[in-house]
Amino acid sequence: MEALTLTDLEREALSLSLRVSLWAVAGSLPLGIAFAWLLARRDFPGKVLVDGLIHMPLVLPPVVTGYVLLVTLGRRGVVGQYLYDWFGIQFAFTWKAAAIASAVMAFPLMVRAIRLSMEAVDRGLEQAARTLGASPLRVFATVTLPLVGPGVLTGVILAFARSLSEFGATITFASNIPGETRTLPLALYTLTQVPGGDAAAFRLCVISALLALAALVASELLARRMQKRLKG
Amino acid sequence: MLDVSVRKRQGDFLVDAAFNSPAAGVTALFGRSGSGKTSVINMVAGLSRPDEGRIAVNEAALFDSAARIDLPMDRRRCGYVFQDGRLFPHMTVRANLTYGMKLVPAARRVIAFDDVVGMLGIGHLLDRRPARLSGGEKQRVAIGRALLTSPRLLLMDEPLAALDETRKGEVLPFIADLPRHFAIPVLYVSHSLDEILRLADTLVLMDGGKAVAAGPVEDVVGALHLSGAVDAAEAGAVLTTTVEAHDPAHHMTLLAFPGGRLSVRRMDLPVGAAVRVRIRAGEVGIGLSPPRDTSFQNVFPAVIRDIGPPQDGQVDVRLDAGCTVWARITTRALETMSLRPGQVVHALVKSVALTRADVAGHEAPPPQRAAG
Repeated sequence: MEALTLTDLEREALSLSLRVSLWAVAGSLPLGIAFAWLLARRDFPGKVLVDGLIHMPLVLPPVVTGYVLLVTLGRRGVVGQYLYDWFGIQFAFTWKAAAIASAVMAFPLMVRAIRLSMEAVDRGLEQAARTLGASPLRVFATVTLPLVGPGVLTGVILAFARSLSEFGATITFASNIPGETRTLPLALYTLTQVPGGDAAAFRLCVISALLALAALVASELLARRMQKRLKG
Repeated sequence: MLDVSVRKRQGDFLVDAAFNSPAAGVTALFGRSGSGKTSVINMVAGLSRPDEGRIAVNEAALFDSAARIDLPMDRRRCGYVFQDGRLFPHMTVRANLTYGMKLVPAARRVIAFDDVVGMLGIGHLLDRRPARLSGGEKQRVAIGRALLTSPRLLLMDEPLAALDETRKGEVLPFIADLPRHFAIPVLYVSHSLDEILRLADTLVLMDGGKAVAAGPVEDVVGALHLSGAVDAAEAGAVLTTTVEAHDPAHHMTLLAFPGGRLSVRRMDLPVGAAVRVRIRAGEVGIGLSPPRDTSFQNVFPAVIRDIGPPQDGQVDVRLDAGCTVWARITTRALETMSLRPGQVVHALVKSVALTRADVAGHEAPPPQRAAG
């Protein structure tokens, strides 16, 4: 039985990982939907650039992304210093920084999934809703959003999984502070750096894998239910 | 009064259509595909914006480039039934039906949910989702959904085009009944003459982006086949007749029209009922003297007015029998009989197609075909 109970360290890393990932996904979802809509439905000058910027974290070394975040949002960063001076807000080296780093890294995956399913929505249905008297905002809320539900779900799961596994940007921007920013991957990394940490590291590996599997199974079940709703 | 006058350039294609029609009954936009019908109806709905022009329903302007009026589509109050139904797949039939209705203030709802559901016969479908409906059922729900917004105008863009013949039969009678049930004018786009003869009161003929003719169906259809807007096989005359008498012994009904009488297979209509019939040019022959000893039941005197240009060995002859009737004969017959304009002949009608049995608002059973 001993092997099945989590150690304090494991429990701490796991709950921190979950908290960071949940906040990363919840915080970036509205933005993700907005950008997906913008990219799927609007043509504007600089669209390619916006698309490129969103996808940057996917191709940059995560350390670079983390460093850029540190330089902008850090205590002395371009934006960070004003946030601190005016509002007393400080992200760097807190769990919030880990959440931001995860959100930025996962953002392209989320936007991509939602955008694809938004492009697949029949514009004719939206037009029909307009002729029935619905304002553009209402059409979005009652027709577009429900129909991209499966895409949003995929985006959320992908982003959540990506957040759980986020390492490079987090350690650069948020550092590796036990109980504050030491998420599962960081804890795992730390254990591999100490002699005799192998067994503990292996346990963290298993926990990570189970978590990822649970997320995937949950998303599959939800997606099936959504499909069933659409098919009647 | 439905008043449309729009110009819009779409690439190389210029839509430049102007027509008006009484704001009662069904106005049909008719023409070949690519003639600009759908462009016009989309401009009325607000789905696309004319470069200039004016669109008004009963004096309420939906669009007026001069007055800078361009109501957004959700405020035009035009119910739109699309060719492909466009039901919301994530909602039940009931939720689809009430989607637009709920957005209309209760005081302005003139069409009741139960009436629509009853008339369209969709009561048993209310809890289903669109994916589990047949094509005909979907279109009926789409019609109901548009009606329930109590629109000032109902737009229908080829609502039957995506359905097979059987499914068409499931929907057409309901559309034919709309004007009688709900006093809402309908603008109906179709390339099927059959549908239009069955449904429409006013006909607007579209060709090359222009409205080339507009008026009561009988008047416009008579001139149709010269314009090349219909297939040769469709060409013919449309007459409004009245039921004069029944002949139960022979299962025949006598229909009176300005040129005489047509006897057709018995129909269950009261004497005096108005019936629209169609006589295809190919179903009419010409005799120099009244034929005896034939099975033709419908023969009446007529005067040749015009003889059209020969085409594939056939000519269309316009006959005046108190109203216009077309006859399609071979050029050989034309020569051997030496027919010429002004000549008095006899029109031999092989068959008459009944297209609409409730002209001028008479009660009517579902239309049927009648052979003469």
